[in-house]
Amino acid sequence: MNRPIRKVAVALLVLLAAMFVNLNFVQVVKGSEYRNHDGNSRVLLAEYSNPRGQMVVQGTAIATSKSTNDELKYLRTYPQGPEYAAVTGFYSFDYGTRALENAQNSVLSGDDPRLFGSQLVDLFTGRNPRGGSVELTLNKAAQDAAYKGMQNPDGTYRRGAVVALDPSTGAILAVVSTPSYDPNLLSTHSASTNSRYYNALQPKNGDPNPADALLNRAFNQLYAPGSVFKVIDAAAALKAGIKPTTRLAAPNSYWPLEPQRKTPCPANHQAPCVENFSGETCDNGSTATLEFSLAKSCNTAFAQLAVTKLGAKGLKDEAALFGFEGDQLNVPLGVNRSKVGTEAVLSDDAALAQTSFGQRDVRMTPLQGAMISAAVANHGTLMEPYLVQKELGSNLSVLSDTQPKQLSQVIDPTLDEDLKAMMRGVINSAVGTGRAADITDIPGVTVGGKTGTADTGIFQNGKETPPHAWFSGYALQNGNPKIAVAVLIENGGVNGNETTGGLAAAPVAKAVMEAYLKSGGGR
Amino acid sequence: MATPAAQLRIPTRRTAELVLLGFAVLIVVAAEAALEATRDGRISTRLATYAAVPLAIGLVTHLVIRKVARYADPLLLPIVVLLNGLGLVMIHRLDLGLKQRAVQDGLHYDGAAAPTQVVWTAMGVLLFVVLLVVVRDHRVLQRYAYTLALVGVFFLMLPAVLPARFSEVNGAKIWIRLAGFSLQPGEFAKILLTIFGASYLVSKRDVLALAGRRFAGIDFPRGRDFGPLLAAWLVCIGVLVSGHDLGTSLMFFGLFVVLLYVATERASWVIVGAVLFAGGAYVAYQLFGNVQTRVGVWLHTFSAVHADDGFQLRQSLFGLGTGGIFGTGLGGGHPELVPLPATDFIVSSFGEEVGLFGLVALLMLYALFVARGLAAGLAVRDAFGKLLATGLAFLVALQLFVVVAGVTRLLPETGLTTPFLSYGGSSLLANYALLALLLRVSDAARRPASVAPRKATPEPEAVPA
Repeated sequence: MNRPIRKVAVALLVLLAAMFVNLNFVQVVKGSEYRNHDGNSRVLLAEYSNPRGQMVVQGTAIATSKSTNDELKYLRTYPQGPEYAAVTGFYSFDYGTRALENAQNSVLSGDDPRLFGSQLVDLFTGRNPRGGSVELTLNKAAQDAAYKGMQNPDGTYRRGAVVALDPSTGAILAVVSTPSYDPNLLSTHSASTNSRYYNALQPKNGDPNPADALLNRAFNQLYAPGSVFKVIDAAAALKAGIKPTTRLAAPNSYWPLEPQRKTPCPANHQAPCVENFSGETCDNGSTATLEFSLAKSCNTAFAQLAVTKLGAKGLKDEAALFGFEGDQLNVPLGVNRSKVGTEAVLSDDAALAQTSFGQRDVRMTPLQGAMISAAVANHGTLMEPYLVQKELGSNLSVLSDTQPKQLSQVIDPTLDEDLKAMMRGVINSAVGTGRAADITDIPGVTVGGKTGTADTGIFQNGKETPPHAWFSGYALQNGNPKIAVAVLIENGGVNGNETTGGLAAAPVAKAVMEAYLKSGGGR
Repeated sequence: MATPAAQLRIPTRRTAELVLLGFAVLIVVAAEAALEATRDGRISTRLATYAAVPLAIGLVTHLVIRKVARYADPLLLPIVVLLNGLGLVMIHRLDLGLKQRAVQDGLHYDGAAAPTQVVWTAMGVLLFVVLLVVVRDHRVLQRYAYTLALVGVFFLMLPAVLPARFSEVNGAKIWIRLAGFSLQPGEFAKILLTIFGASYLVSKRDVLALAGRRFAGIDFPRGRDFGPLLAAWLVCIGVLVSGHDLGTSLMFFGLFVVLLYVATERASWVIVGAVLFAGGAYVAYQLFGNVQTRVGVWLHTFSAVHADDGFQLRQSLFGLGTGGIFGTGLGGGHPELVPLPATDFIVSSFGEEVGLFGLVALLMLYALFVARGLAAGLAVRDAFGKLLATGLAFLVALQLFVVVAGVTRLLPETGLTTPFLSYGGSSLLANYALLALLLRVSDAARRPASVAPRKATPEPEAVPA
């Protein structure tokens, strides 16, 4: 019987060899494929077991890793919670990463090749490899004021966004998108907490203007700019040789397709006819100066100017210099491209007329809104916006230090003085729509800006929803550009009333500028 | 036979066994220490427990072997103590991981498996001691072959007859659940039926090997010789298939084919067995949805069709792949992501944390165990002993192969436990019983002919060798 037993032994040896070969195949040949497979959460779990770098605003961490005693060894926390959520994003096991957590992941996680040296040291000293940190351009005072400014008296938040820039560098000083969310509640190590909160944040069906807290309205939502776009008209007009004091035709009604027609626009808004807000009269009812038209925000003056003097190309070229239709910005968060409208649409004079006061197809992000004022404040030079000042290694060595970069020269510096003065008129002239933004209690400060009240084009129960309220402005101190701010409040205005946009949005912008200047104007 | 005992002093090798046991305990303690260092950054007093358990198993069993099986193989016991101890460390490690996951999901994890496994280990050792003390000569078992077979078949059939609430766990109707205990009688039946098969074939081997009808170049036995065996086989297969337990059916079938082959020395049985197996597999595939699912998962593990039912195998492969050559270290990986990490998939848990090297080392331990079992079969003088040892060693080998092949996608997954390593009372008890029988046979194999088994039963010259 021993012969068959030996043969059985040989057969079992073959099975052993089969197991051995197959284990080599699975663990070595296919090893890295399995390791990096989408369905394999082990690599992500490993990422969690190293401390992630911080995001720092003026020496204060707004995102940091706290060591825990559970399986995911480090908990990502955001001490300021919702206030900085649009910037920090979240770091969730269940929902991935957002905003800077995503855009700066390689530095924060320590995977960045530039961190290789310090990682090697950690390997030998037996310390957990740590991620590098990211120093932001934000200003605490400006950010606080912006976030507080969007709050209603009852503690809820208005839907909208605030962006503040340093006009001379492009450094982003404040980014707020409201309603915001608490990134801490998406970054917990409890799947049920995360999913409960995530589901509560999802937009409800059928809401034409959903709260969608996860949306960064400042960078990723496009709005009709309304009258804020008139700053670009004015810039193009100055380039075309029109002076601030030049009188433009400013009738009560303007028919772009029948320029000779003088009849009032029909009440149902169904005809290609432009009138001023609430059918107001602009100055004397037939002409007004450019500066007056901007200050009072006369639609007919700019519509006629666009159609008869600037043309689609003139308008579009100027808008492009301000950043419209350009390459997508990464600050490093992706920013949606602001648009003017296609050539085909703009070739229609009626559409061009509407475009001149920021309706029809023209759309911009709140960041673009801030860039308009920033360029005007900075002697016509538009700087590229950026959010990350420095990337630091875990040993605080500087990996990168962002240098300001010019995007374009939107207008000649001497002409820009006129534009700046006209925007100042919006704030301090008797008919100005942006008087609520003026700052009088800080010596040497000059505020300029432009209000906007943009029709939403969204109808609910047969009535158009209230217009979005815009304000874009700048503050100079002793003639030097200090800060540019754009504020957008969804449905913040009242239909047919241009001043309401300014009344809603301008005080928020004022609060941001004031807080920033009082805090020392950024170091 | 009166060979002078003084002339031929055969070493008992008990001291070697004791030293090897010491090594086994050291390795288990080192594994637990590594685990605690990785998980908590320090080593706790719990380490003492994980030293005490293998030490206690080792000492008790060693002393009993010294007393009643002096010439037993010295390698079998240390290997089992090491496997059992490492299994316990891994089960403890999985407890920690599963608990952490439960806490994160806001759930409560109350299934601390490691303490239960210690209790089962103690009961396994008790069964081991009783068996070794009561069965002083393995040939005695031959007398009870039919009784044991009846008991085996009865237990095997019981879950199929019992109402589902007493017998069903995770869709497999193969359990007996009573008063908080759950047992898988199939685990015991495989040993009882090995005894029966060996005994039956010993008495019938001449008839089976010589008498028969030649058909297509192969000798088939007469129906009356082959009948009882075929009947036992059919009953087992029928019961197992009705209980949806593919793995155990495969085990029984492999066992019978090998016993037949070894008893008759005729390769024709293997051919017949292979044909029967192919036919059975085909029929099972056609008849049972769960067989189709498992084959589908095996062939298309990463296809969206098997997004849900292929999850377990995918996680197992991910774990093994992540572990790579050297593994993540005990406590450093995430074996708890694989469903059933402590029972059916404990091999992937090890593969992830100790890597290819550690897993191959474990396989070598099993290879050594099986080799020593087969060696006992080769060396023992009686035919029953040969068949019994071969059958038992083969059971361990085949079960390990089916498990490892299943979790590494070499074969469809069948849902068996890994002997001595996996969490589970039935598996542990049955495998300790298996160890006792193997030691008993190896003791008989190495015992000098002059030394009668202590408290000897009458020399069974009646048994044909």
